[in-house]
Amino acid sequence: MEGFLAQLLNGLQYGLLLFLIGSGLTLIFGVMGVINLAHGSLFMIGAYLAYVVATLTGEFWLAPPAAVLGGLAFGALLERGLFRKFREREHLDQVLLTFALILLFEEARAALLDNQFHAVAVPPSLDFSIPVTGGFAYSAYRLAVLAICLAVAAVMFAFVERTRIGASIRAAAENPEMVDLLGLDARSIHTLVFAAGTALAMLAGALAAPLQSVYPGMGDGFLILSFIVVVIGGLGSIAGAFWAALLVGSIDTLGKVYAPQIAGISVCVLMAAVLLWRPNGLFARG
Amino acid sequence: MTRPGARGNLWLGLAALALASMPLWAAPWHMQLASTAAIAAMFALSLQLLAGGAGLISLAHAGFFGLGAYSVYLLGGGRSIFLTLPAAALLAGLAAAATGYLALRTRGFYFLMTTLAFGQMLFFLFHDTPLGGGADGVFIARPDMIWTVPKAARPVVFLLLNLTILTAMYLFLWKLMGSLFGHALSGIRANEDRMRAMGHDVAGLKLTAFVLAGALAGVAGHMAAVTDAFVSPELLGWHHAAEALLMILLGGIGHLHGPILGAFALTAIREVGQSITERQRLVEGLAILAAVLLLRRGIAGLRR
Repeated sequence: MEGFLAQLLNGLQYGLLLFLIGSGLTLIFGVMGVINLAHGSLFMIGAYLAYVVATLTGEFWLAPPAAVLGGLAFGALLERGLFRKFREREHLDQVLLTFALILLFEEARAALLDNQFHAVAVPPSLDFSIPVTGGFAYSAYRLAVLAICLAVAAVMFAFVERTRIGASIRAAAENPEMVDLLGLDARSIHTLVFAAGTALAMLAGALAAPLQSVYPGMGDGFLILSFIVVVIGGLGSIAGAFWAALLVGSIDTLGKVYAPQIAGISVCVLMAAVLLWRPNGLFARG
Repeated sequence: MTRPGARGNLWLGLAALALASMPLWAAPWHMQLASTAAIAAMFALSLQLLAGGAGLISLAHAGFFGLGAYSVYLLGGGRSIFLTLPAAALLAGLAAAATGYLALRTRGFYFLMTTLAFGQMLFFLFHDTPLGGGADGVFIARPDMIWTVPKAARPVVFLLLNLTILTAMYLFLWKLMGSLFGHALSGIRANEDRMRAMGHDVAGLKLTAFVLAGALAGVAGHMAAVTDAFVSPELLGWHHAAEALLMILLGGIGHLHGPILGAFALTAIREVGQSITERQRLVEGLAILAAVLLLRRGIAGLRR
């Protein structure tokens, strides 16, 4: 029972990391109409950033803020320099251009660092277990990741649902032409959404670094799962991405423990079921 | 997507003959390279039926290629090639039917994402389970040919075999795109809703194209397994599917023979790149940027 509880918490925490990646992906699709296959690479860059920061300074906790700030700047740069131009392109062009970005990011990583696996130590301040029930204790760092992700999700919901800029983001996700007609500045909305999406993916990478190895191509698995999250949740829906991410994270984690051979497949079966039932995702409007 | 006319087909035929004459003047190693390019051309050509033909950009296609390759392993060694080849096409076609049935319920971005996920599902099936011999891939026994092929003759035999199958596949698709079915697919690419309004069975047409393309990808994968005597889960991964899309775009998505030109061009670019630098991903990334940003109509579109 304790084992199951621990795995369930692992699943939720994994799902929340998927939410950080998937929510950016779904907003970028929804608002900009751009398919970004390199989104998983941004996660990898965040993890490597955490490795470099933790190794150079010896203080892991500098990494998450660095990932957020670096992600905002890097994302704004990418949107202004590249993705703004990708918008008018056809799907095939977008697929290949962002595929090229994956290859170039991986090559840049190999040139700047190396092709090795690296471990990032759990920060000593949180390297202990917290007793949850009777005989069951859970890693304090994992609980911290859970809390940080939930806090980020809450801030995001509040921002998108309660502020003026959030309202224009929702408007842009629902009807891009309308934004221009209403006189809202679509270009700054795009930059903001892309920068935020990049920062979220890199933050997820930085937080995940102590939980797993940091290695080349680590973003690929996360990319596929966050695509599945977007498909299940419904394009452009943050709430959909949230619940779908928790579902996918739990199923994938529990599957890896209790039925390791079918874990990768079970998530896809879930997606197939959703497609049969509601082809536009669980939270799609209309 | 346009089909080459009689003149274009004549040039393609001459190019095929030039490649078929390689045993007379080329080194075995160059013949192996030509075989690799011919298999890549089959793979890209099968995807062109969807991409250029019906306007469907699928990232699941490598899954069907890989299934065709793994069918040689799954059937066990010592089978006749006359059994393994149809079996590869059948297995890939069945998987494409299941995938297409679900994925074709979606359009646009959704279609891209669902095909990506289903393709990766096939990848995981061979990467995570012992079904296909493990994550690192396996060496396989080649199927029985009519005659036993001595080791020294392999590059020649496989080159001629691959060129024959590539030619047959091209001619089949050339015929197909000129048929009523081909025209209906072009109609769907241009305006799906209009075709539906005109009373065409759009869903049925798309699924037929998807299954046919999947089966042809299975044939390509089968030939890769026979030629290399090695299969690995990477054959099914979405990076491989993206490479086929790159070959299509590089060669020209608007032309039936574009993917063939693209496959040979990319194989050559890679080979030259490999002799200059160890950074293969840099070479490929730059090739993509050049294809997408500079060569909008592909190599086949250069002549106009």
